[in-house]
Amino acid sequence: MSRILIIAEHDGTTLNVATAKTLTGARAMGVDDIDVVVFAADPAAVAGQAAELAGVSRVLSVAGADFEHPLAARLAPEVAAIAGDYSHILAPSTTFGKDLLPRAAALMGVNQVSDIMEVIDARTFKRPIYAGNAIVTVRVPEGGPVVATIRTASFAASDGGGSASVEERQPQASDPGHTRFVKVEGSDGEGPDLSSAPIVVSGGRALGSSDNFAIIYGLAKKLGAAVGASRAAVDAGYVPNELQVGQTGKIIAPDLYFAIGISGAIQHLTGIKDAGTIVAINKDAEAPIFEIADLGLVGDLFEIIPELEKAL
Amino acid sequence: MVALKRVVDYNVRVRVKSDGSGVETDGVKMSINPFDEIALEEALRIKERGQAEEVIVCSMGSADVQQQLRTGLAMGADRAIHVETSGAIQPLTAARILLKLIEKEQPGIAFLGKQAIDDDCNQTGQMLAALWDRPQATFASKVDIENGTATVKREVDAGLETIAIDLPAVLTSDLRLNEPRFVKLPDIMKAKRKSLDAMAMDELGVEPAAELEAVSFEPPPKRGGGKMVESVDQLVSELKNKGLL
Repeated sequence: MSRILIIAEHDGTTLNVATAKTLTGARAMGVDDIDVVVFAADPAAVAGQAAELAGVSRVLSVAGADFEHPLAARLAPEVAAIAGDYSHILAPSTTFGKDLLPRAAALMGVNQVSDIMEVIDARTFKRPIYAGNAIVTVRVPEGGPVVATIRTASFAASDGGGSASVEERQPQASDPGHTRFVKVEGSDGEGPDLSSAPIVVSGGRALGSSDNFAIIYGLAKKLGAAVGASRAAVDAGYVPNELQVGQTGKIIAPDLYFAIGISGAIQHLTGIKDAGTIVAINKDAEAPIFEIADLGLVGDLFEIIPELEKAL
Repeated sequence: MVALKRVVDYNVRVRVKSDGSGVETDGVKMSINPFDEIALEEALRIKERGQAEEVIVCSMGSADVQQQLRTGLAMGADRAIHVETSGAIQPLTAARILLKLIEKEQPGIAFLGKQAIDDDCNQTGQMLAALWDRPQATFASKVDIENGTATVKREVDAGLETIAIDLPAVLTSDLRLNEPRFVKLPDIMKAKRKSLDAMAMDELGVEPAAELEAVSFEPPPKRGGGKMVESVDQLVSELKNKGLL
Protein backbone atom coordinates (compact mmCIF):
# COMPACT_ATOMS: atom_id res chain seq x y z
CA MET A 1 0.00 0.00 0.00
CA SER A 2 1.41 3.35 -1.02
CA ARG A 3 -0.73 6.28 -0.09
CA ILE A 4 0.11 9.73 1.18
CA LEU A 5 -1.87 11.85 3.62
CA ILE A 6 -1.13 15.57 3.89
CA ILE A 7 -2.37 17.54 6.90
CA ALA A 8 -3.72 20.84 5.55
CA GLU A 9 -2.64 24.09 7.19
CA HIS A 10 -5.19 26.89 7.07
CA ASP A 11 -6.64 29.78 9.05
CA GLY A 12 -10.24 28.59 8.97
CA THR A 13 -11.08 30.19 5.63
CA THR A 14 -7.99 29.97 3.41
CA LEU A 15 -5.66 27.08 2.69
CA ASN A 16 -2.08 28.11 3.52
CA VAL A 17 0.27 27.95 0.52
CA ALA A 18 2.54 25.73 2.66
CA THR A 19 0.07 22.92 1.94
CA ALA A 20 0.50 23.28 -1.84
CA LYS A 21 4.29 23.19 -1.34
CA THR A 22 4.01 20.07 0.80
CA LEU A 23 1.98 18.55 -2.04
CA THR A 24 4.86 19.18 -4.46
CA GLY A 25 7.18 17.36 -2.08
CA ALA A 26 4.67 14.52 -1.83
CA ARG A 27 4.38 14.20 -5.61
CA ALA A 28 8.16 13.74 -5.84
CA MET A 29 7.82 10.54 -3.80
CA GLY A 30 6.40 8.55 -6.70
CA VAL A 31 3.13 7.71 -4.96
CA ASP A 32 -0.02 8.28 -7.01
CA ASP A 33 -2.57 8.35 -4.26
CA ILE A 34 -2.38 11.63 -2.32
CA ASP A 35 -5.11 12.65 0.11
CA VAL A 36 -5.38 15.93 2.01
CA VAL A 37 -7.16 16.09 5.36
CA VAL A 38 -8.71 19.34 6.58
CA PHE A 39 -9.58 19.67 10.28
CA ALA A 40 -11.67 22.79 10.83
CA ALA A 41 -14.74 24.13 12.59
CA ASP A 42 -16.30 24.62 9.17
CA PRO A 43 -13.99 22.91 6.67
CA ALA A 44 -16.04 23.32 3.45
CA ALA A 45 -14.21 26.35 2.00
CA VAL A 46 -10.71 25.09 2.78
CA ALA A 47 -11.56 21.56 1.61
CA GLY A 48 -12.78 23.06 -1.66
CA GLN A 49 -9.48 24.88 -2.15
CA ALA A 50 -7.50 21.71 -1.38
CA ALA A 51 -9.60 19.77 -3.93
CA GLU A 52 -8.49 22.20 -6.65
CA LEU A 53 -4.79 21.43 -6.20
CA ALA A 54 -3.41 19.36 -9.07
CA GLY A 55 -2.45 15.86 -7.98
CA VAL A 56 -4.78 15.48 -5.00
CA SER A 57 -6.87 12.29 -5.12
CA ARG A 58 -9.26 12.94 -2.25
CA VAL A 59 -9.90 15.55 0.38
CA LEU A 60 -11.03 14.36 3.80
CA SER A 61 -13.11 17.05 5.44
CA VAL A 62 -13.40 16.69 9.22
CA ALA A 63 -15.64 19.17 11.04
CA GLY A 64 -15.45 19.83 14.77
CA ALA A 65 -16.17 22.93 16.84
CA ASP A 66 -12.97 22.26 18.81
CA PHE A 67 -10.88 22.41 15.61
CA GLU A 68 -11.23 26.19 15.47
CA HIS A 69 -7.64 26.59 16.63
CA PRO A 70 -5.09 23.98 15.54
CA LEU A 71 -3.97 22.60 18.92
CA ALA A 72 -1.53 19.69 18.63
CA ALA A 73 -2.96 17.91 21.67
CA ARG A 74 -6.39 17.88 20.01
CA LEU A 75 -5.30 17.10 16.45
CA ALA A 76 -2.52 14.52 16.96
CA PRO A 77 -4.91 11.71 18.02
CA GLU A 78 -7.10 12.53 14.98
CA VAL A 79 -4.11 12.19 12.67
CA ALA A 80 -2.99 8.96 14.35
CA ALA A 81 -6.52 7.54 14.06
CA ILE A 82 -6.61 7.83 10.26
CA ALA A 83 -2.89 7.18 9.70
CA GLY A 84 -3.40 3.43 9.44
CA ASP A 85 -4.70 3.82 5.88
CA TYR A 86 -1.49 5.50 4.71
CA SER A 87 2.17 4.75 4.02
CA HIS A 88 3.14 8.45 4.35
CA ILE A 89 1.88 11.21 6.65
CA LEU A 90 3.15 14.68 5.72
CA ALA A 91 2.80 18.23 6.99
CA PRO A 92 4.58 21.48 6.15
CA SER A 93 7.59 22.34 8.28
CA THR A 94 5.90 25.47 9.60
CA THR A 95 5.24 26.10 13.30
CA PHE A 96 1.87 24.36 12.70
CA GLY A 97 3.47 21.19 11.32
CA LYS A 98 6.42 21.24 13.69
CA ASP A 99 4.08 21.42 16.68
CA LEU A 100 1.61 18.79 15.51
CA LEU A 101 3.37 16.09 13.55
CA PRO A 102 5.94 14.82 16.10
CA ARG A 103 3.09 14.40 18.58
CA ALA A 104 1.22 12.28 16.03
CA ALA A 105 4.40 10.35 15.11
CA ALA A 106 4.93 9.37 18.75
CA LEU A 107 1.36 8.06 18.91
CA MET A 108 2.16 5.97 15.81
CA GLY A 109 5.41 4.78 17.41
CA VAL A 110 7.78 6.09 14.73
CA ASN A 111 10.50 8.70 14.42
CA GLN A 112 9.81 11.65 12.15
CA VAL A 113 11.85 13.00 9.26
CA SER A 114 12.01 16.76 9.86
CA ASP A 115 12.47 19.38 7.12
CA ILE A 116 12.73 17.30 3.94
CA MET A 117 14.55 19.47 1.37
CA GLU A 118 14.92 16.85 -1.36
CA VAL A 119 13.20 13.57 -2.14
CA ILE A 120 15.46 10.73 -3.32
CA ASP A 121 12.80 8.01 -3.29
CA ALA A 122 9.65 7.17 -1.35
CA ARG A 123 11.60 6.43 1.83
CA THR A 124 14.89 8.30 1.32
CA PHE A 125 15.28 12.04 1.81
CA LYS A 126 17.78 14.85 2.24
CA ARG A 127 17.43 17.17 5.21
CA PRO A 128 19.55 19.97 6.68
CA ILE A 129 21.33 19.57 10.04
CA TYR A 130 23.65 21.87 12.03
CA ALA A 131 21.69 24.96 10.94
CA GLY A 132 22.13 24.00 7.29
CA ASN A 133 25.91 23.55 7.54
CA ALA A 134 25.52 19.89 6.59
CA ILE A 135 22.99 17.85 4.67
CA VAL A 136 22.18 14.30 5.70
CA THR A 137 20.48 11.68 3.55
CA VAL A 138 18.21 9.55 5.72
CA ARG A 139 16.29 6.37 4.96
CA VAL A 140 13.13 5.48 6.85
CA PRO A 141 13.18 1.84 8.00
CA GLU A 142 10.55 -0.57 6.65
CA GLY A 143 7.81 -1.67 8.99
CA GLY A 144 6.27 1.70 9.77
CA PRO A 145 4.87 4.71 7.96
CA VAL A 146 6.98 7.65 6.75
CA VAL A 147 6.04 10.60 8.95
CA ALA A 148 7.72 13.76 7.71
CA THR A 149 7.61 17.54 7.53
CA ILE A 150 8.40 19.26 4.24
CA ARG A 151 10.70 22.30 4.16
CA THR A 152 8.45 24.68 2.24
CA ALA A 153 11.32 26.86 0.96
CA SER A 154 12.61 23.86 -1.03
CA PHE A 155 9.45 23.18 -3.06
CA ALA A 156 7.32 25.38 -5.31
CA ALA A 157 3.57 25.40 -4.71
CA SER A 158 1.57 22.89 -6.78
CA ASP A 159 -0.70 24.38 -9.42
CA GLY A 160 -4.47 24.48 -9.28
CA GLY A 161 -6.71 22.86 -11.89
CA GLY A 162 -7.42 19.68 -9.97
CA SER A 163 -10.85 18.36 -9.08
CA ALA A 164 -10.51 15.90 -6.22
CA SER A 165 -13.55 14.49 -4.45
CA VAL A 166 -14.33 15.76 -0.97
CA GLU A 167 -15.37 13.17 1.62
CA GLU A 168 -16.82 14.15 4.95
CA ARG A 169 -15.43 12.30 7.96
CA GLN A 170 -16.28 12.34 11.64
CA PRO A 171 -13.79 13.20 14.40
CA GLN A 172 -12.32 10.07 16.01
CA ALA A 173 -11.09 11.56 19.29
CA SER A 174 -12.41 14.10 21.77
CA ASP A 175 -11.02 17.30 23.25
CA PRO A 176 -8.76 16.42 26.20
CA GLY A 177 -9.70 19.82 27.68
CA HIS A 178 -6.24 20.43 29.14
CA THR A 179 -5.04 22.79 26.39
CA ARG A 180 -6.91 26.00 25.66
CA PHE A 181 -6.33 28.63 22.99
CA VAL A 182 -6.33 32.15 24.44
CA LYS A 183 -5.33 34.52 21.64
CA VAL A 184 -2.94 35.23 18.82
CA GLU A 185 -1.24 38.58 18.32
CA GLY A 186 0.17 39.18 14.88
CA SER A 187 1.48 42.13 12.98
CA ASP A 188 -1.17 44.41 11.48
CA GLY A 189 -1.44 42.15 8.45
CA GLU A 190 -0.40 44.91 6.06
CA GLY A 191 1.50 43.85 2.97
CA PRO A 192 2.20 40.32 1.72
CA ASP A 193 3.02 37.37 3.96
CA LEU A 194 6.72 37.07 4.71
CA SER A 195 6.78 33.28 4.27
CA SER A 196 5.45 33.33 0.72
CA ALA A 197 6.12 36.82 -0.72
CA PRO A 198 8.02 36.86 -4.05
CA ILE A 199 9.99 39.93 -2.89
CA VAL A 200 11.27 40.47 0.66
CA VAL A 201 13.06 43.54 2.02
CA SER A 202 14.91 42.86 5.27
CA GLY A 203 16.65 45.27 7.61
CA GLY A 204 19.34 44.63 10.18
CA ARG A 205 20.98 46.18 13.17
CA ALA A 206 22.40 49.02 11.06
CA LEU A 207 18.93 50.55 10.91
CA GLY A 208 19.65 51.67 14.45
CA SER A 209 16.10 52.16 15.71
CA SER A 210 12.49 51.21 15.36
CA ASP A 211 11.74 54.62 13.81
CA ASN A 212 14.48 54.23 11.22
CA PHE A 213 12.91 50.94 10.15
CA ALA A 214 10.27 53.06 8.40
CA ILE A 215 12.73 53.36 5.50
CA ILE A 216 12.54 49.56 5.07
CA TYR A 217 8.73 49.59 5.17
CA GLY A 218 8.74 52.40 2.60
CA LEU A 219 10.92 50.49 0.14
CA ALA A 220 8.90 47.31 0.70
CA LYS A 221 5.67 49.15 -0.04
CA LYS A 222 7.11 50.55 -3.26
CA LEU A 223 8.16 47.02 -4.32
CA GLY A 224 5.01 45.26 -3.12
CA ALA A 225 7.33 43.30 -0.88
CA ALA A 226 7.09 41.75 2.58
CA VAL A 227 9.28 43.12 5.37
CA GLY A 228 11.77 40.91 7.19
CA ALA A 229 14.54 41.46 9.70
CA SER A 230 17.71 39.93 11.06
CA ARG A 231 17.81 38.43 14.53
CA ALA A 232 19.93 41.39 15.68
CA ALA A 233 17.20 43.82 14.61
CA VAL A 234 14.52 41.77 16.36
CA ASP A 235 16.58 41.35 19.52
CA ALA A 236 17.18 45.12 19.54
CA GLY A 237 13.41 45.58 19.52
CA TYR A 238 13.22 47.40 16.15
CA VAL A 239 10.52 45.02 14.83
CA PRO A 240 8.34 42.19 16.20
CA ASN A 241 9.75 38.67 16.33
CA GLU A 242 7.56 37.22 13.58
CA LEU A 243 9.57 39.25 11.06
CA GLN A 244 12.78 37.40 11.87
CA VAL A 245 14.38 35.65 8.92
CA GLY A 246 16.90 32.93 9.67
CA GLN A 247 17.49 29.52 11.14
CA THR A 248 15.60 30.40 14.34
CA GLY A 249 13.05 32.54 12.52
CA LYS A 250 11.46 32.04 9.13
CA ILE A 251 13.21 30.16 6.35
CA ILE A 252 12.12 31.78 3.10
CA ALA A 253 12.73 31.49 -0.62
CA PRO A 254 11.56 34.68 -2.35
CA ASP A 255 12.51 35.40 -5.97
CA LEU A 256 14.22 38.62 -4.85
CA TYR A 257 15.67 39.33 -1.41
CA PHE A 258 17.09 42.63 -0.17
CA ALA A 259 19.42 42.39 2.84
CA ILE A 260 19.85 45.96 4.03
CA GLY A 261 22.26 46.76 6.83
CA ILE A 262 22.54 43.04 7.57
CA SER A 263 26.06 41.70 8.09
CA GLY A 264 25.11 38.11 7.23
CA ALA A 265 25.51 35.92 10.31
CA ILE A 266 25.35 32.23 9.41
CA GLN A 267 22.00 31.84 11.11
CA HIS A 268 20.53 34.57 8.88
CA LEU A 269 22.08 33.12 5.72
CA THR A 270 20.50 29.74 6.52
CA GLY A 271 17.11 31.39 6.26
CA ILE A 272 17.66 32.81 2.75
CA LYS A 273 19.81 30.19 1.02
CA ASP A 274 17.05 29.27 -1.40
CA ALA A 275 16.23 32.84 -2.41
CA GLY A 276 16.40 33.47 -6.16
CA THR A 277 18.45 36.69 -6.20
CA ILE A 278 19.98 38.22 -3.09
CA VAL A 279 20.80 41.94 -3.08
CA ALA A 280 23.02 43.17 -0.24
CA ILE A 281 23.39 46.80 0.75
CA ASN A 282 25.89 47.43 3.53
CA LYS A 283 28.46 50.07 4.38
CA ASP A 284 31.00 47.41 5.40
CA ALA A 285 32.58 46.00 2.24
CA GLU A 286 33.91 43.06 4.28
CA ALA A 287 30.47 41.98 5.55
CA PRO A 288 29.92 38.23 5.01
CA ILE A 289 26.58 38.94 3.33
CA PHE A 290 28.53 39.98 0.20
CA GLU A 291 30.00 36.46 -0.09
CA ILE A 292 26.59 35.01 -0.89
CA ALA A 293 24.83 38.02 -2.41
CA ASP A 294 24.21 38.00 -6.17
CA LEU A 295 24.36 41.78 -6.29
CA GLY A 296 26.21 43.86 -3.72
CA LEU A 297 26.31 47.60 -3.18
CA VAL A 298 28.62 49.16 -0.58
CA GLY A 299 27.39 52.36 0.97
CA ASP A 300 25.23 54.15 3.52
CA LEU A 301 21.76 52.65 3.48
CA PHE A 302 20.23 55.95 4.56
CA GLU A 303 21.47 57.50 1.30
CA ILE A 304 21.01 54.47 -0.95
CA ILE A 305 17.44 53.51 -0.01
CA PRO A 306 15.83 56.90 -0.83
CA GLU A 307 17.78 56.94 -4.10
CA LEU A 308 16.67 53.40 -4.88
CA GLU A 309 13.05 54.22 -4.11
CA LYS A 310 13.22 57.18 -6.49
CA ALA A 311 14.77 55.02 -9.23
CA LEU A 312 12.02 52.40 -9.06
CA MET B 1 12.74 18.36 35.08
CA VAL B 2 14.93 19.80 32.34
CA ALA B 3 16.49 17.71 29.58
CA LEU B 4 19.96 18.81 28.49
CA LYS B 5 21.56 17.60 25.29
CA ARG B 6 25.31 17.66 24.73
CA VAL B 7 25.95 19.17 21.28
CA VAL B 8 28.74 20.76 19.27
CA ASP B 9 29.08 24.33 20.61
CA TYR B 10 27.11 26.83 18.56
CA ASN B 11 30.23 28.86 17.77
CA VAL B 12 31.91 25.92 16.03
CA ARG B 13 31.67 25.87 12.27
CA VAL B 14 30.96 22.19 11.67
CA ARG B 15 32.53 20.35 8.75
CA VAL B 16 31.40 17.22 7.00
CA LYS B 17 34.04 14.46 7.04
CA SER B 18 35.65 14.02 3.64
CA ASP B 19 34.33 10.43 3.32
CA GLY B 20 30.76 11.63 3.95
CA SER B 21 30.37 9.35 6.98
CA GLY B 22 29.38 12.10 9.37
CA VAL B 23 30.30 15.46 10.81
CA GLU B 24 33.74 16.13 12.34
CA THR B 25 33.35 16.13 16.14
CA ASP B 26 36.85 15.08 17.26
CA GLY B 27 38.45 17.74 19.42
CA VAL B 28 35.49 20.07 18.91
CA LYS B 29 34.12 22.09 21.82
CA MET B 30 30.90 20.59 23.22
CA SER B 31 28.24 22.48 25.18
CA ILE B 32 24.69 22.30 26.45
CA ASN B 33 22.28 22.76 23.53
CA PRO B 34 21.49 26.53 23.73
CA PHE B 35 17.71 26.02 23.72
CA ASP B 36 18.08 23.53 26.62
CA GLU B 37 20.13 26.09 28.52
CA ILE B 38 17.25 28.56 28.08
CA ALA B 39 14.84 25.88 29.34
CA LEU B 40 17.01 25.36 32.42
CA GLU B 41 17.22 29.10 33.05
CA GLU B 42 13.42 29.35 32.96
CA ALA B 43 13.06 26.38 35.32
CA LEU B 44 15.48 28.04 37.75
CA ARG B 45 13.47 31.28 37.60
CA ILE B 46 10.25 29.36 38.26
CA LYS B 47 11.90 27.83 41.34
CA GLU B 48 13.25 31.23 42.43
CA ARG B 49 9.71 32.62 42.26
CA GLY B 50 8.70 29.89 44.71
CA GLN B 51 6.67 27.99 42.12
CA ALA B 52 8.82 24.86 42.12
CA GLU B 53 10.64 23.02 44.89
CA GLU B 54 13.35 21.36 42.89
CA VAL B 55 14.99 21.49 39.48
CA ILE B 56 16.32 18.20 38.12
CA VAL B 57 18.50 18.09 35.02
CA CYS B 58 18.84 14.93 32.98
CA SER B 59 20.78 13.88 29.92
CA MET B 60 21.36 10.79 27.81
CA GLY B 61 24.42 9.39 26.12
CA SER B 62 27.96 8.38 27.03
CA ALA B 63 29.71 9.39 30.28
CA ASP B 64 30.73 12.64 28.51
CA VAL B 65 27.26 14.13 29.02
CA GLN B 66 28.06 14.36 32.74
CA GLN B 67 30.12 17.48 31.88
CA GLN B 68 26.97 19.22 30.66
CA LEU B 69 25.00 17.94 33.67
CA ARG B 70 27.68 19.44 35.97
CA THR B 71 27.31 22.76 34.13
CA GLY B 72 23.56 22.50 34.70
CA LEU B 73 24.15 21.88 38.39
CA ALA B 74 26.52 24.87 38.50
CA MET B 75 23.79 27.03 36.95
CA GLY B 76 21.60 26.07 39.88
CA ALA B 77 19.87 22.73 39.27
CA ASP B 78 19.50 20.67 42.45
CA ARG B 79 20.42 17.24 41.13
CA ALA B 80 21.16 15.40 37.93
CA ILE B 81 20.30 12.12 36.25
CA HIS B 82 22.44 10.54 33.55
CA VAL B 83 20.88 7.79 31.44
CA GLU B 84 23.67 5.85 29.76
CA THR B 85 23.06 4.88 26.18
CA SER B 86 25.36 3.31 23.65
CA GLY B 87 25.75 5.96 21.00
CA ALA B 88 23.40 8.71 19.94
CA ILE B 89 19.66 8.19 20.18
CA GLN B 90 16.86 9.64 18.10
CA PRO B 91 13.89 11.67 19.39
CA LEU B 92 11.34 8.90 19.98
CA THR B 93 13.74 6.82 22.08
CA ALA B 94 14.76 9.99 23.95
CA ALA B 95 11.08 10.70 24.64
CA ARG B 96 10.56 7.14 25.91
CA ILE B 97 13.50 7.53 28.30
CA LEU B 98 12.21 10.89 29.52
CA LEU B 99 8.79 9.34 30.13
CA LYS B 100 10.37 6.71 32.41
CA LEU B 101 12.15 9.46 34.35
CA ILE B 102 8.88 11.39 34.61
CA GLU B 103 7.10 8.35 36.01
CA LYS B 104 9.81 8.12 38.68
CA GLU B 105 10.20 11.80 39.49
CA GLN B 106 6.65 13.11 38.91
CA PRO B 107 7.67 16.63 37.82
CA GLY B 108 5.10 19.41 37.31
CA ILE B 109 6.89 20.54 34.17
CA ALA B 110 9.16 18.73 31.75
CA PHE B 111 11.15 21.51 30.08
CA LEU B 112 13.12 20.96 26.87
CA GLY B 113 14.68 23.12 24.22
CA LYS B 114 12.52 23.44 21.12
CA GLN B 115 15.23 21.72 19.09
CA ALA B 116 18.82 20.58 19.32
CA ILE B 117 21.25 22.54 17.18
CA ASP B 118 22.96 19.37 15.92
CA ASP B 119 20.18 17.28 14.34
CA ASP B 120 17.66 20.20 14.25
CA CYS B 121 14.84 17.67 14.67
CA ASN B 122 12.41 19.69 16.83
CA GLN B 123 10.51 16.57 17.92
CA THR B 124 11.38 15.27 21.38
CA GLY B 125 9.19 17.58 23.49
CA GLN B 126 6.13 16.98 21.35
CA MET B 127 6.74 13.21 21.39
CA LEU B 128 7.15 13.20 25.15
CA ALA B 129 3.87 15.09 25.58
CA ALA B 130 2.12 12.49 23.40
CA LEU B 131 3.52 9.51 25.31
CA TRP B 132 2.78 11.20 28.65
CA ASP B 133 -0.70 12.14 27.37
CA ARG B 134 -0.26 15.66 28.74
CA PRO B 135 -0.41 19.17 27.22
CA GLN B 136 2.45 20.69 25.26
CA ALA B 137 3.44 24.33 24.80
CA THR B 138 6.18 24.42 22.20
CA PHE B 139 8.32 27.42 21.12
CA ALA B 140 7.63 29.26 24.40
CA SER B 141 8.70 32.90 24.64
CA LYS B 142 6.92 33.70 27.91
CA VAL B 143 5.69 31.44 30.70
CA ASP B 144 3.38 32.43 33.58
CA ILE B 145 2.27 29.89 36.14
CA GLU B 146 -0.73 30.24 38.41
CA ASN B 147 -2.91 27.70 40.21
CA GLY B 148 -1.67 24.68 38.30
CA THR B 149 -2.06 26.35 34.90
CA ALA B 150 0.72 27.64 32.68
CA THR B 151 -0.14 30.51 30.36
CA VAL B 152 2.39 30.40 27.57
CA LYS B 153 3.14 32.79 24.73
CA ARG B 154 4.36 30.78 21.75
CA GLU B 155 6.37 32.03 18.77
CA VAL B 156 4.33 30.91 15.76
CA ASP B 157 4.48 31.92 12.10
CA ALA B 158 1.51 34.25 12.52
CA GLY B 159 3.02 36.08 15.50
CA LEU B 160 2.60 35.29 19.19
CA GLU B 161 0.01 32.74 20.22
CA THR B 162 -1.09 32.43 23.84
CA ILE B 163 -2.38 29.11 25.16
CA ALA B 164 -3.30 27.98 28.66
CA ILE B 165 -2.35 24.44 29.68
CA ASP B 166 -3.01 22.39 32.78
CA LEU B 167 0.07 21.11 34.57
CA PRO B 168 1.79 18.72 34.50
CA ALA B 169 2.86 19.47 30.96
CA VAL B 170 5.75 19.66 28.52
CA LEU B 171 7.21 23.06 27.63
CA THR B 172 9.79 23.73 24.94
CA SER B 173 11.77 26.95 24.90
CA ASP B 174 12.29 29.35 22.05
CA LEU B 175 15.20 31.75 21.77
CA ARG B 176 13.62 34.82 23.32
CA LEU B 177 12.29 33.19 26.48
CA ASN B 178 15.20 34.49 28.55
CA GLU B 179 18.96 35.01 28.65
CA PRO B 180 20.65 32.25 30.61
CA ARG B 181 22.84 33.26 33.56
CA PHE B 182 26.59 32.89 33.56
CA VAL B 183 28.09 30.23 35.78
CA LYS B 184 30.36 31.54 38.55
CA LEU B 185 33.42 29.70 39.80
CA PRO B 186 32.14 29.06 43.35
CA ASP B 187 29.03 27.50 41.81
CA ILE B 188 31.19 25.13 39.78
CA MET B 189 32.88 24.01 43.00
CA LYS B 190 29.52 23.64 44.73
CA ALA B 191 28.14 21.65 41.80
CA LYS B 192 30.76 18.96 42.35
CA ARG B 193 29.04 18.03 45.62
CA LYS B 194 25.54 17.82 44.16
CA SER B 195 23.99 14.43 43.43
CA LEU B 196 24.43 12.95 39.95
CA ASP B 197 22.74 9.57 39.48
CA ALA B 198 23.74 7.38 36.57
CA MET B 199 21.67 4.51 35.24
CA ALA B 200 21.62 2.42 32.09
CA MET B 201 18.82 2.77 29.55
CA ASP B 202 18.16 -0.98 29.91
CA GLU B 203 17.59 -0.60 33.66
CA LEU B 204 14.72 1.76 32.87
CA GLY B 205 13.10 -0.84 30.65
CA VAL B 206 13.00 1.42 27.60
CA GLU B 207 12.38 -0.16 24.24
CA PRO B 208 14.38 1.72 21.59
CA ALA B 209 12.38 2.91 18.58
CA ALA B 210 13.32 1.97 15.01
CA GLU B 211 15.85 4.58 13.93
CA LEU B 212 16.16 6.50 10.70
CA GLU B 213 19.25 5.33 8.86
CA ALA B 214 21.78 8.04 8.05
CA VAL B 215 22.93 7.05 4.56
CA SER B 216 25.45 9.83 3.91
CA PHE B 217 26.47 13.36 4.82
CA GLU B 218 27.47 16.17 2.50
CA PRO B 219 28.27 19.88 2.75
CA PRO B 220 25.48 22.24 1.69
CA PRO B 221 25.43 23.46 -1.91
CA LYS B 222 27.27 26.77 -2.18
CA ARG B 223 25.77 29.87 -3.69
CA GLY B 224 27.80 31.22 -6.56
CA GLY B 225 29.92 34.29 -5.94
CA GLY B 226 28.16 37.59 -6.50
CA LYS B 227 28.79 40.74 -8.42
CA MET B 228 29.43 44.14 -6.90
CA VAL B 229 27.70 47.14 -8.40
CA GLU B 230 28.88 50.75 -8.03
CA SER B 231 25.62 52.66 -8.00
CA VAL B 232 21.89 52.50 -7.45
CA ASP B 233 21.34 52.97 -11.20
CA GLN B 234 23.53 49.97 -11.98
CA LEU B 235 21.71 47.92 -9.33
CA VAL B 236 18.32 48.79 -10.83
CA SER B 237 19.44 47.97 -14.37
CA GLU B 238 20.90 44.61 -13.25
CA LEU B 239 17.59 43.75 -11.58
CA LYS B 240 15.70 44.81 -14.70
CA ASN B 241 17.97 42.63 -16.86
CA LYS B 242 17.14 39.66 -14.66
CA GLY B 243 13.44 40.41 -15.12
CA LEU B 244 13.01 40.99 -11.40
CA LEU B 245 11.72 44.56 -11.59
